[in-house]
Amino acid sequence: MSTLEIRDLKVAVEDKEILRGVNLTVKAGETHAIMGPNGSGKSTLAYAIAGHPKYTITGGEVLLDGVDLLELSVDERARAGLFLAMQYPVEVPGVSVSNFLRSAVTSVRGEAPKLREFAKDLKSGMDALAIDAAFAQRNLNEGFSGGEKKRHEILQLELLKPKIAVLDETDSGLDVDALRVVSEGINRFRASGETGVLLITHYTRILRYVKPDFVHVFAAGRVVEEGGPELADKLEAEGYEQYTKASA
Amino acid sequence: MGLNEKPLSTLHEKASYDLADFEVPTGREEAWRFTPLSRLKGLHNGQAAASGQVVTQVYTPEGVRAEWVGRDDERIGKAYVPADRVSAQAYNGFEKALVVTVPKEAVPGDAITVEIKGNGGEGAAYGHIVVVVEPMAQATVVVQHEGSAVYADNVEFVVGDGATLKVVSLQDWADDAVHVSHHHAQLAKDATFRSFVVTLGGDLVRLSPSVSYTGPGGDADLSGVYFVDAGQHLEHRLLVDHSQPNCKSNVDYRGALQGEDAHAVWIGDVIIRVAAEGTDTYELNRNLILTDGARADSVPNLEILTGEVAGAGHASTSGRLDDEHIFYLQARGIPFDEARRLVIRGFLGQLIEKIQVEELRERVMNAVEAELAR
Repeated sequence: MSTLEIRDLKVAVEDKEILRGVNLTVKAGETHAIMGPNGSGKSTLAYAIAGHPKYTITGGEVLLDGVDLLELSVDERARAGLFLAMQYPVEVPGVSVSNFLRSAVTSVRGEAPKLREFAKDLKSGMDALAIDAAFAQRNLNEGFSGGEKKRHEILQLELLKPKIAVLDETDSGLDVDALRVVSEGINRFRASGETGVLLITHYTRILRYVKPDFVHVFAAGRVVEEGGPELADKLEAEGYEQYTKASA
Repeated sequence: MGLNEKPLSTLHEKASYDLADFEVPTGREEAWRFTPLSRLKGLHNGQAAASGQVVTQVYTPEGVRAEWVGRDDERIGKAYVPADRVSAQAYNGFEKALVVTVPKEAVPGDAITVEIKGNGGEGAAYGHIVVVVEPMAQATVVVQHEGSAVYADNVEFVVGDGATLKVVSLQDWADDAVHVSHHHAQLAKDATFRSFVVTLGGDLVRLSPSVSYTGPGGDADLSGVYFVDAGQHLEHRLLVDHSQPNCKSNVDYRGALQGEDAHAVWIGDVIIRVAAEGTDTYELNRNLILTDGARADSVPNLEILTGEVAGAGHASTSGRLDDEHIFYLQARGIPFDEARRLVIRGFLGQLIEKIQVEELRERVMNAVEAELAR
């Protein structure tokens, strides 16, 4: 069973400290929601764990099953079992979705999938997320609507089957129907009980579809309160004001 | 400007069959300022001995005529008049010209292929090719260059009324080759011209594709892909001269550069003359600079002499690989080198997809793949 341990993580962007000592442990079978106001450092946590070059680690560790991810390149982290569903997936001209997905699956599994098997997995994955079949031939994220981009992120999640998934505001910009489809995908992914989910969100809306086991409130670069699902209800009612005041 | 004077274009006004009309370039001229003259092996100053050789082979499908003709053949130089010193040198230097004719209304099933191969001897070689596509005919021509040579030539494409000509020109020379070439297409009424240029090999390649129109309704699409490695100078100079009403042109050239002193030059000149009302033109050049020490010069020029155009624009971008693209692919487990290849292949592949003949498209893609693997 996999475990992601974030220990006293400190991260800066261009000499400005954003994360000021984050501690968090996500075990297989658990879903953790990280909630917090804009600018609290939620996305920084996601991208720093994944290894985006913009973020400088100034302290701490991130261990996946004991291996320090911070020592690994971006692609090595992904192959170690980490997945980041991005808030704004970038458009890559001239690279088709199917070509991209096959390359990714091949890299993560360490061998090329059998063509027929892959085609079948891709089709059922796309069907489940109500993604049109013509999508596979389109250029990666190019001209995708916000909802299409998010569904495509979840398609990758289901195909790559990571140990730990970090979902960065996957709910933002989705209408209710798309939110339901995306949430069902996340729930299929965690149904095995062998995977952990770190769900980053500003709103409580997605938590009605994807029930968290733990809720952490983020403010000014660290976790300021932790609790069970009931904490989300409290945030729904009261908002983040008390936390932003306290940290200011 | 007097009442009887028309506004004149300042781009490429000079043209002559006579070598003496062109002074030896010094490198300060607008037309030569990007070209390293010292690497032209004397093509520009008369010092190249005309003792070199290339072997030219032509494969024609049924119904297409190919002839080797003498300098006095009247079809030579009808569509194109040399526009610079090296072009005039080549015009005065060739012994036999290749004339390919696609008869009226013919639609040959296969491409016409012209292979030009250098054998690496001393001295320069000169060539001349005329391709005539008669009215309503449709043809595809592949011109491929390989081997080692110092070679200058002029190629004339004469596209008749309502005819269609697709050209793929592949410059896959050996590392020491020098090639200076003009490709001129003359489009008659409602003619269609599709040019796809792929330049990969050679020490110095300077290719100048140009288009002129003799009737309304002509449509030209000029695409190009180049991959410049360390020390290479690959230059493309485009000129589309709109002198007839209601014609179209579209130019899209893309290149990738890597290594010390890899140098790409792209000049995109478009003239829209007074009579060319209703012209629709766009030109684009994009460069992907993969390493330090590589340099891309990109100069679009649009000269509009009429008030009535349907559309006219240009764009030029040169930049690095986008970190965000690489990050996204790496975040899905794809190693850096492969991510980089995918992005570059995508960048050039979007253009290569325009080649409609599948076999040719694959060959070009494979040639680019081979560059990426270097």
